[in-house]
This record gives sequence, structure tokens and C-alpha cells, in this order.
Amino acid sequence: MADTKKLAIIASKGTLDWAYPPFILASAAAAMDMDAMVFFTFYGLPLLKKDLDLKVTPVGNPAMPMKMPFGSKDFQNINWSIPNLISGNVPGFDSMATMLMKETFKKKGVATIEELREMCIESGVRFVACQMTMEVFGFEKKDFIDGVEYAGAAMYLEHAAEADISLFI
Amino acid sequence: MSEITANRTLDCSGMNCPLPILKTKKEIDQMQSGEVLKMISTDSGSANDMTSWSNRTGHKIVGSSVDGGSYTFYIQKS
Repeated sequence: MADTKKLAIIASKGTLDWAYPPFILASAAAAMDMDAMVFFTFYGLPLLKKDLDLKVTPVGNPAMPMKMPFGSKDFQNINWSIPNLISGNVPGFDSMATMLMKETFKKKGVATIEELREMCIESGVRFVACQMTMEVFGFEKKDFIDGVEYAGAAMYLEHAAEADISLFI
Repeated sequence: MSEITANRTLDCSGMNCPLPILKTKKEIDQMQSGEVLKMISTDSGSANDMTSWSNRTGHKIVGSSVDGGSYTFYIQKS
């Protein structure tokens, strides 16, 4: 227990569902007295924005359950199998799917991404943004939360080389 | 379990993973060594999670009980 364990995560996805694993694992690691670093690259970068606008889509994701967060228990358990033809073409479908997922998470007592991110910062998790992807996608530092470090592959690898756990998400 | 006296109580009922662990850690950080925290959780994953958290951090679970869907842990700060 005396030796401090290290966790290194690459967060490469920016949808509402995939935003959870990096923040859950990093905050839990910090709560377990580990040094945690999350390196945000490509589509993971929007997770550092001050104003998060994360969405989820069932298109191309046949494993994603489509369930209603209201009504009777039996109704809530129905998995609405929506063909991609509809989910991919009906305007606003992603917004609806996002709203349903957020509502379900809230009802199940799951923290929001904002809350988990705040807890990561409070507990000393290091956030590193990939400078190269920022420039490629035109992201600006002023749109990101405070306390983010800006660097490249070498900084991540330096930490990961000493890490006991390293994950690509 | 009744003989364990808790210095503080933390109710994590209704919260899901990883919130009970995060809240417990936050509370323990504000306590003195040797003090006991009573934590209540309704997350069925927290029985195993609390054990792992305890193994890792060294804060000892000195007692625990289950009552229906409610889990109670007594954690002594190391």
C-alpha cells in the first residue's frame, strides 16, 4: 500500500456514453490514492470544454439499449429496436436518445459527466490535452476548463512508462 | 454491529458507482486517524467495491451488514 500506483488513460471518444469510463476510472483511482492522468486526444478533446454538449447515437450501435426512463417497470424494460433507417434519418433522433440516456442515468443515481470531471479535478487527476489534435480540429484553450496541461505524445508516454495501469478508451 | 460507534455517518443511498467510493474518500480525508465512518449504500456493487477500496487505501472495514438492498459499512481511518 505504501507504493503509489499510477494510472494512465487515453480518452479518444467524445460521445456521452464513452465519456463515462475515463472520468469514472480516473476519479475512482484518485479515491484509491493512485496518481491518475487522462490524455485527451481526437474526439476525446471536447470532454475538456467548459460547456459540455455531449450526445449519444444509436446509429451503428446495435448493442445500445433504447429504453424509456418513465412509465411502469414493464414499460421501462421494453427495448425499442429502432432500425438505423429511422434513427439515422429522423431529425432530432440523437437529441432524443441523449435526453433518454441522461434521464435514465439520473434516475439510477449515476453522476453527470460534469460532476465526475469536477471530482477528478478536486482529487488531483491530471488532464492533458493533445496539442496537435487541438490545432487540427481548431479547438482553443479559452474554450477549455482551467487546469488542463497541453502537450503531446511524449508527455503521455513518460507518465505511462511508469504506470501500473494504462488504458486506451 | 451495535457495539461499533461511528464518529461520522455518510448516506450514499441512491447513488451509483463510483459515487459511494468518491464520497467515502472525501469524508475519510476530513477525519482523524482511528476514527470510524459509517457509510450506507444501496449500490449492490459497493460490497465488493468497498473491500477493494479498503485493500488499496489501508482504511479498514471494521464491520458491515446488509439489510434488504441497503449496505452498511464501518470504516476506520488508518
